[in-house]
Amino acid sequence: MTNLLEVKNVYKNYGNYTALNNVSLTIPKGSIYGLLGPNGAGKTSLIRIINQITMPDRGSITLNGEPLKPKHVQQIGYLPEERGLYKSMKVGEQALYLAQLKGLSKTEAKKRLAYWFDRLDIGDWTNKKVQELSKGMAQKVQFIVTVLHQPKLLIFDEPFSGFDPINANLIKDEILELRNQGATIIFSTHRMESVEALCDDIMLINKSKKILDGKLIDIKRQFKTNTYQIGVKAANLQLLKQDLESKFKLTPAHFKTLEEALKLNIKLEQNETPNHLLQYLISKGEVFHFTELLPTVNDIFIKAINSN
Amino acid sequence: MNYLPLIIKREYLTKIKNKSFIVMTFLSPVLMIFLALAVAYLTQKNNDKTRVISVLDESGLLYDAFISSSKLKYQKLHNVSLEEARQLVEEASSYGLLHITKTNNLNRLSNHIKFYSKEAASLSLITKVEGLLARKITQLKLQNYGVSLDKIKTSKTKVNIIQESFKGKKTSKIDGFIKLAFGGAAGYLLFMFIIIYGNMIMRSVIEEKTNRVIEVIISSVKPVQLMLGKIIGTSLAGVTQFIVWIIFGGAILIGLSVFLDVDLVNQSPIQQNIAVQALENQNLKIQIQEVVTSFFKMPILNLIVAFVLFFILGYLLYSSIYAAIGAAVDSETDTQQFLLPVMMPLILSVYIGFFTVIENPHGTISTVFSFIPFTSPVVMLMRIPFGVPVWQQVVALLILLVSFGIMVWFASKIYRVGILMYGKKPSYKDLVKWIKY
Repeated sequence: MTNLLEVKNVYKNYGNYTALNNVSLTIPKGSIYGLLGPNGAGKTSLIRIINQITMPDRGSITLNGEPLKPKHVQQIGYLPEERGLYKSMKVGEQALYLAQLKGLSKTEAKKRLAYWFDRLDIGDWTNKKVQELSKGMAQKVQFIVTVLHQPKLLIFDEPFSGFDPINANLIKDEILELRNQGATIIFSTHRMESVEALCDDIMLINKSKKILDGKLIDIKRQFKTNTYQIGVKAANLQLLKQDLESKFKLTPAHFKTLEEALKLNIKLEQNETPNHLLQYLISKGEVFHFTELLPTVNDIFIKAINSN
Repeated sequence: MNYLPLIIKREYLTKIKNKSFIVMTFLSPVLMIFLALAVAYLTQKNNDKTRVISVLDESGLLYDAFISSSKLKYQKLHNVSLEEARQLVEEASSYGLLHITKTNNLNRLSNHIKFYSKEAASLSLITKVEGLLARKITQLKLQNYGVSLDKIKTSKTKVNIIQESFKGKKTSKIDGFIKLAFGGAAGYLLFMFIIIYGNMIMRSVIEEKTNRVIEVIISSVKPVQLMLGKIIGTSLAGVTQFIVWIIFGGAILIGLSVFLDVDLVNQSPIQQNIAVQALENQNLKIQIQEVVTSFFKMPILNLIVAFVLFFILGYLLYSSIYAAIGAAVDSETDTQQFLLPVMMPLILSVYIGFFTVIENPHGTISTVFSFIPFTSPVVMLMRIPFGVPVWQQVVALLILLVSFGIMVWFASKIYRVGILMYGKKPSYKDLVKWIKY
């Protein structure tokens, strides 16, 4: 069994509004799966169905090969986008309560809480009320509560909102660590830059329909435009540019690491190879910079949604 | 997994530990008693001043109708003209002047009595004086017809009808009063309980929504479980508060009465008073005995069982509606439009209880409303002390139970959808749509 979660042909309507239209996905065990889409695309609807908060109108979902049942909620950890804690409850009591709701015994929950509070450096706050915590602190508590019962499947909906860069990085490392320990992670966001660093697989969803899915690297290749970014120094830059313009498709490039150089993005034709370009450039001047321009997830996202 | 006990425990403990809850629990009985004492004290203070009324009776027939008391003194004027009397009274700043015309015609007399005062006289005082005058004039008229005063006194009769049903059950006025008191208290208690703790449930649901903790919770437990846990936990907190009120309030009352008793013994200066009191005590004892026997004549066991069942079911029926309302809205200010239809049957049932059940506990209106689920808990509780056939109670309970089931189903539908809806104030149309989801 290599897939932890399989969603097949799921439909969900709210009255006349279609939230999910024939959505399928498979999530390999031990991967970080990015669920991407603009606001209102259906990400949260899908996540709520996986969490069994709502039921799909049609379609099937299996976890570890078994059809999804109420008992499976104990194997899932969910950090919702709309998250919060009971304000007037003490941090320790609250974490204990939420852990018990996930099926942990009181003693076991206490033990694990001690470990996590220590690890994320919030041990001093156990007896403080949540309303006394800063937003970042409360988010840490929320994160701990999500992972405390060691779920096989972790679902993070916009996990970094509310964190400063330092804590966001801390949480990112924790997520990667959990993956290394064998957890499978669904990561829902509309902030693309965090996806590049974390996700192995992604799915793009827009207007309740799946647009594309697969390995991030494959998708990047699929969307690449055979464009290279170059930086060349030569005696007469103007002349070189005119020369290049006659042979290739050019657009100006912007990067700051080079001064006094010709900076260009060059799109090659199907039959041309990078070696071909490089040889030509070397013959004309000194090459300081040469890199293939792979599309960012952001580019792919915008392109895919516009072409849809 | 069944997490209901865990949820109930949390709801209960958070309510109990809440500072304002603790303050309310211990302060309200104290406040209530002090309020009652303050009202009593102020009323007494208000009537403390001795009023002096001057009486000028030119007919000379009615003087002996007026006997001064400590609060009200009659000053009888003789041999002065009305003008002089008015001047005199104004200068002496008495409360007022009662003037009776010079005549021997008793019929004429009754329409020629005037009261002069600086400000309009108090209604109770005028009524009292009128009563005194009327009695005296009636006596005089009877004497004119040749009836002796002794005969009038001895012919005065008090009637006390002994009531008995065809099956031989004896009842009395006190019985009726006790039944009324019990039914009324039970119904009113339920009414108050629903309003206070129903609102508490609603607020606690809204709090979960505004805290955004709700989605975290329902990814672990079913919304219905959470809703039931909330209702039961809050109700238990309510019961705890009620018990504290009863114990605490009782203790304060007992303490106060002991304290006041001591005062009475220490300060009773007038011997006469003690004698009168002893006599009254005798009367009181008989009355208490009557109350006790009346109490035990009621169907006590039936009353207790019915009270518990109707109370629980009635409360649950309403509190599931409160929970659904809490789930549907974002803030307490948005609840008004949904609360009105909840309050209507509740208020209606109390009015029906206090007006129709008292008049005729087995009349059509009271009987019908004691079956309708939203009014039956209050109305039936008020009817039961008067003896309701068991089958009627059972049917009413069954109807209540079924409607509770239906209501919970509706409420949990609304709850399930509502708790995940933010930012939009729903209309009734939306609620219907949610039920269909």
